[in-house]
Amino acid sequence: MATTAIPANQAPKLNYLNNGHTIKSWLLTTDHKRIAILYLISVTVFFFLGGFFAMLIRLELLTPQGDLMQADTYNKVFTMHGLIMVFFFLIPVVPAVLGNFLIPLMIGAKDLAFPRINLLSWYLYIIGGLLISHVMLTGGVDTGWTFYSPFSTEYTNTKIVEAGLAAFVAGFSSIFTGLNFIVTIHRMRAPGLTWDRLPLFVWANYATSIIMILGTPVIAITIVLVAVERLFHLGIFDPRLGSDPLLFQHLFWFYSHPAVYIMILPSMGVVNELITCFSRKRIFGYKFIALSSIAIAVLGFLVWAHHMFVAGISLYAAMIFSFLTFFIGVPSAVKVFNWTATLYKGSISYATPMLYAFGFIGLFTIGGLTGLFLATLGIDVHVTDTYFVVAHFHYVMVGGVLMGYLGGLHFWWPKMTGRMYPEAWAKLSALLVFVGFNLTFFPQFILGYVGMPRRYWQYPPEFQALNVLSTAGASILAAGYLLPMIYFVWSLRYGAIADPNPWAAAGLEWKTTSPPPTFNFDETPVVTWEAYNYDEIPPWERRVPVAR
Amino acid sequence: MHDSQATTVEHEAHNPALLHHFADAQQQKNAASLGMWLFLVTEIMFFGGMFCAYLIYRLAHFNAFAAGSQQLSIKLGALNTAVLIISSVTVVLAVKAAEAGKRKVLVGYLVVTVLLGMTFLVVKGFEYAEKFEKHHVPGPTFQFTDTFDDNGKQIPVSSNEAQLFFSLYFAMTGMHALHMIIGCGLFSVLAVLAWRGHYTPGYFTPIENAGLYWHLVDIIWIYLFPLLYLISRHS
Repeated sequence: MATTAIPANQAPKLNYLNNGHTIKSWLLTTDHKRIAILYLISVTVFFFLGGFFAMLIRLELLTPQGDLMQADTYNKVFTMHGLIMVFFFLIPVVPAVLGNFLIPLMIGAKDLAFPRINLLSWYLYIIGGLLISHVMLTGGVDTGWTFYSPFSTEYTNTKIVEAGLAAFVAGFSSIFTGLNFIVTIHRMRAPGLTWDRLPLFVWANYATSIIMILGTPVIAITIVLVAVERLFHLGIFDPRLGSDPLLFQHLFWFYSHPAVYIMILPSMGVVNELITCFSRKRIFGYKFIALSSIAIAVLGFLVWAHHMFVAGISLYAAMIFSFLTFFIGVPSAVKVFNWTATLYKGSISYATPMLYAFGFIGLFTIGGLTGLFLATLGIDVHVTDTYFVVAHFHYVMVGGVLMGYLGGLHFWWPKMTGRMYPEAWAKLSALLVFVGFNLTFFPQFILGYVGMPRRYWQYPPEFQALNVLSTAGASILAAGYLLPMIYFVWSLRYGAIADPNPWAAAGLEWKTTSPPPTFNFDETPVVTWEAYNYDEIPPWERRVPVAR
Repeated sequence: MHDSQATTVEHEAHNPALLHHFADAQQQKNAASLGMWLFLVTEIMFFGGMFCAYLIYRLAHFNAFAAGSQQLSIKLGALNTAVLIISSVTVVLAVKAAEAGKRKVLVGYLVVTVLLGMTFLVVKGFEYAEKFEKHHVPGPTFQFTDTFDDNGKQIPVSSNEAQLFFSLYFAMTGMHALHMIIGCGLFSVLAVLAWRGHYTPGYFTPIENAGLYWHLVDIIWIYLFPLLYLISRHS
């Protein structure tokens, strides 16, 4: 293997972090690793901003009456929570932070194909973020993150156009990231790194990028049409002119359903890397997992109308979309079964990233299976717009996406910063996240099933006990998210110095120094092995070193 | 895709346009070209949303759409179609001139392309002005009293449904015109850079890629023209 031995105790080598310390060297960088760090900081800010709105929601729902806020404010609060979390956290988080950092490293490239467009993506994200912050500070939006017409186009007098522009601009950030990834994966792979040797994280981001470039333009034009309807009285969604507001929902979900796969696929990619490393085994069914990502990307475009079963689409259409929704469960299940098969007879160790991977598998399975409940037409009519739906998508988005992201962040933290995080604290926070998450969202399944509707600021007193549980869980969850903030920052100064490969992991990113030099590899690697060749890693490297 | 010798060629010193992270000029060109094609895919999806809306509403309100379409000037539409097709030819000739290294010919074709694009926009401007005069611009002042001619039988159409047609007309042609404006700006910059000798037979990828963009914008118009202007003129 083309491993370059790096002597320990050497004077600090020039790496991407110490190669320039000015603010300009960060804000005008074209280095994919620095841009990943810029994204890391900015998505974290938006995560806590969105989390702040989540806490307001949970506090209001602590009691049955509207005491902390009234209906109008509550509408704006859950809208801001949704907009920020969806467009400014969940969609960019794994591709823009981990994908940006890792894809060139994993394929043995010096950078992404278009480094300046990569920086442009970040600036677009920031402009979108400033716009949404402006909306937040000057009155907000009350339509929910879905902007359904005709309420959004005709009736509400809140800041629809500005919020739409924020999503539009952030959307172009996403399009350019996807475009950059696809070109990079096609054109920049190191010699010998064929498609069937690619790490599955790269495959997952490739599939994600397909959705980004095919889906995002559709939401962009939909937002434009809503804006011109409000600004210039064009009537594309105005029922008075014989237009169909359902068309808005179709166009909206044509992007926004695939968008949930933009969120979950990269996290699934992370889990492949974690499971193999911490069970010291080749992945079970490499080709099936790789192709299941592509299958999810393709099938994901054919299920959107399951958000509209009660909106007035024909029963015939509803049955087809119901069937297709069941069908997309197949590639998702392929992944889960292959992960468990990979664990079988592996030498499993329980480092923090692995704990998150286990969390992902469990929570994603619950989130995915309740998705099948919702795909069933009869049950969907019963639980539409209840907390059952809220619990379902939080299990996938928070339980799935966030578990994968945090697992990946811990796993690659030594590579990104050259420092180890404190393992004991990290295990504690993983536990807090898992317990807090389930306590927050499992009661919501029950609440929804017995009929509590979503998006209301008050509720009948008999729902209070479960809501109190949920709010209590949210506080634990918040502690679980704040803790890594503290110890990650702490580790930058006080963490143990990380080896180039502290987990004895396979993958090209571990064959360069931690942190990597600006151009990633001193010489372009030549790949002659398959991904996850843990059975070829020499026995003395096999035991995963435990960080102190 | 991967030349095994590629790794040994770290930098081609003689090509200043080669960026550091590419192994060679060919890899850079391939990447740029694939990136442009993917961008065109996003453009197709972008306009696709409006074409989808058009399809659904035309099926639902055919009479109003046909009557609205009668109000558009076929002569001006056809003129603009011709202007755009010619501009696509000048773009192709510009790429060819770049390939042959003929700097002045290249600049000439780029300038002609920009002028043709501007001609299109001016003609479009006259068409829009006419819509304002006739109160065919959607909004509170919209008026529409025409009828749909069904084999000599005059069927009255709803003014609201006609307004829907004109909403789509303005949304689609407006978005197309915006892309034309961007295209004109792009080619103006390229013309200046070409004049300064930025492009050589070894490196003219921006000309090629801007050309691809221009062709796509033309093709979108090739679809818009029959869909909006020629609805009821079959047979």
